[in-house]
Amino acid sequence: MAAVTHEQLHGHHPGPTGLMRWITTTNHKDIGTMYMIFSFIMFLSGGVMALTIRAELFQPGLQVVQPEFFNQLTTMHGLVMVFGAIMPAFVGFANWMIPLMIGASDMAFARMNNWSFWLLPPAAVLLLGSFFVPGGASAAGWTLYAPLSVQMGMGMDLAIFAIHIMGISSIMGAINIVVTVLNMRAPGMTLMKMPLFCWTWLITAYLLIAVMPVLAGAVTMILTDRHFGTSFFNAAGGGDPVMYQHIFWFFGHPEVYIMILPAFGIVSQIIPAFARKPLFGYASMVYATASIAILSFAVWAHHMFATGMPAAGQLFFMYATMLIAVPTGVKVFNWVATMWRGAMTFETPMLWATGFIFVFTMGGFTGLICAIAPIDIQVQDTYYVVAHFHYVLVAGSLFALFAGAYYWLPKWTGHMPSEGLGKLHFWCSIVFFNITFFPMHFLGLAGMPRRIPDYALQFADFNAMASIGAFGFGLSQLIFLVVVVKCVRGGERAAARAWEGAEGLEWTVPSPAPHHTFEEAPIVR
Amino acid sequence: MGRASRVAGALPALGAACPAFAQDVPARYNLQAPVTGIAEQINDMHTLMLVICLVIFIGVFGVMFWAMFHHRKSRGAVAANFHENTAVEIAWTVIPILILLGMAWPATRTVIEMKDTSNPDITVKATGYQWKWGYDYLQGEGEGIRFLSSLSTPRAQIDGGAPKGEAYLLEVDKPLVVPVGKKVRVLLTANDVIHSWWVPAFGVKQDAIPGFIRDTWFRADKEGIYRGNCAELCGRDHGFMPIEVHVLSAEKYTEWVRLQQAATAAVEQASLVPQSPAL
Repeated sequence: MAAVTHEQLHGHHPGPTGLMRWITTTNHKDIGTMYMIFSFIMFLSGGVMALTIRAELFQPGLQVVQPEFFNQLTTMHGLVMVFGAIMPAFVGFANWMIPLMIGASDMAFARMNNWSFWLLPPAAVLLLGSFFVPGGASAAGWTLYAPLSVQMGMGMDLAIFAIHIMGISSIMGAINIVVTVLNMRAPGMTLMKMPLFCWTWLITAYLLIAVMPVLAGAVTMILTDRHFGTSFFNAAGGGDPVMYQHIFWFFGHPEVYIMILPAFGIVSQIIPAFARKPLFGYASMVYATASIAILSFAVWAHHMFATGMPAAGQLFFMYATMLIAVPTGVKVFNWVATMWRGAMTFETPMLWATGFIFVFTMGGFTGLICAIAPIDIQVQDTYYVVAHFHYVLVAGSLFALFAGAYYWLPKWTGHMPSEGLGKLHFWCSIVFFNITFFPMHFLGLAGMPRRIPDYALQFADFNAMASIGAFGFGLSQLIFLVVVVKCVRGGERAAARAWEGAEGLEWTVPSPAPHHTFEEAPIVR
Repeated sequence: MGRASRVAGALPALGAACPAFAQDVPARYNLQAPVTGIAEQINDMHTLMLVICLVIFIGVFGVMFWAMFHHRKSRGAVAANFHENTAVEIAWTVIPILILLGMAWPATRTVIEMKDTSNPDITVKATGYQWKWGYDYLQGEGEGIRFLSSLSTPRAQIDGGAPKGEAYLLEVDKPLVVPVGKKVRVLLTANDVIHSWWVPAFGVKQDAIPGFIRDTWFRADKEGIYRGNCAELCGRDHGFMPIEVHVLSAEKYTEWVRLQQAATAAVEQASLVPQSPAL
């Protein structure tokens, strides 16, 4: 037994080494690491596309790219960031942290776990490779609205197959998480004692299982409309183009929460740790998460107010959407109440978490404004919406991911991340983020449509400002790469409990976490 | 580049001084100046929402930043241990619901009004094509007029070979013309993919869906030139199919209709002439 422990501490394990180790691994930590490396590569690829878009939009007129390629870039930026960067990053966190947080030895289905990761690189190759086929990548927008997507070249087919594969990967990952959380908790860890990150992921996993097949169905219908003579979305054959939007957004809106609920979970771990005070309203956090998830199935058509629904439909979806503000508000209030009368310190993870609350809430407010159907008629498909969803996706999901990365890097690498560089990364990101996306609210209100490569002259200065901010934001992310590389290679040794106020089972195992943990389940009182 | 528009934007007073060009002063920070009742309501609702959100924002983040400065470990703060309070939690669930009800009331009225396309004075069908708009006057004064409307900005301006004009990318060869103060119902459809007909100053945005007819309406209260864009990604030149609407006085509109009908008649006459000898 002693020998085994020794071996664990030094990270040795039997089995293949080198590349084969990573290809054949069934270890949740290895797989979690691979997910995160994959998502960071995709994040940088999507970022390069975003910067090309911003370079074109720096000035009125066409200078850098032609309209066809511009549309390919906006489409692929969306697909790559949603399916390649944000979602896999959260699955990576789930893989690494859920077993450690609930005291399980690994994920429930270890081999399936391996497969769900290794499906992603081929999907990414299909998606990114579609730029190089005749006609280029899909240029129908990440929403792939029919009939435009039916017009596209073979890049569209590659995107459809990539979405299928990534969908299968997500469903398998989600099943794994549900089974792990429900069956492998340490004795004594009841559901209502579980760390909030596990709760948010449990609910997210159910959302994934519910809606990824819907997306697969939608894109399959496009595929058969394109090649096999069906007319699901073609009025001439008895179909309806708007039906595509209903099906897509029935997936798409829960998808939004798939990308934000685990972020709420991460922030709910970090705020109590650095306020040195238990999370305020744990039970209401769980209920709020569940209500957001349930409501997310009843709001999809708020993306479609301009399609011309009957008044009753518009009113129903407007009211349902406004209701989401209530549980979301509860969460923000709970975080602020957790900070209230705490003994706070602002190490890098806490900076990111507070930054998240501040900037994400702005995205929440614009979400509420977009929920009002008559106002949405004005801002739908404008830069206002672009600003809104980047406030919730970048300042929401991405900032929470960075918060979580800085928080758990000591556990993953055994070294403390550089505070100086981490803080520099935070301040550059939040300043450049706002320079990039805040002016987009003005652009949208004043009437600039989204997804256009060129614009009227009154939009020139805010576009120039957004482009400058975007390059600053993009370059700032390289700081993160430096922090991680430095942290992996060395630095101040991290204690088992790397942060003074950190609570939870993951802080009871050594840093770095040995290859196998909790082979004997801990007892939770 | 854009210096003229920049000056115009910086000097709203200039626009106010010359009413004829007032609508040409582009909006910079807020919704475009409304010229219909609906757009006016949307503007007011947006301002109201913005104020409510701002108050909540200041309240919530006032508390958060106060805590961040005063409840710091470095200032000797000792953490309390409370983690729930039923009364507070009920309050911050119920109060937001009440605020939302207050927001939903005016919005509901506007939605119902926006959907009321009954009893129009004029009905125009707008058809989206890749990448231009077609207009057919179906009913009311001007019935029978039909034409296509495409971008008139020269290619050289887009490619940088010529200086960009005032209405760069927002100008068309044949604008939609409507009379002031009349209810115009717009029927929308498309020929190929989904487009969206959007004139911000009217508070109107309606998707044009191939194979289906949707409708919307507006009643412009002020003469002038109003510009908008296609608002649904429709392929390569999505950014290059603007909408330009000229709102004329009743007399000028009648004159315009007469000219259009005369021109159409002349064209029909001309096409008949070569055929007559054969008869």
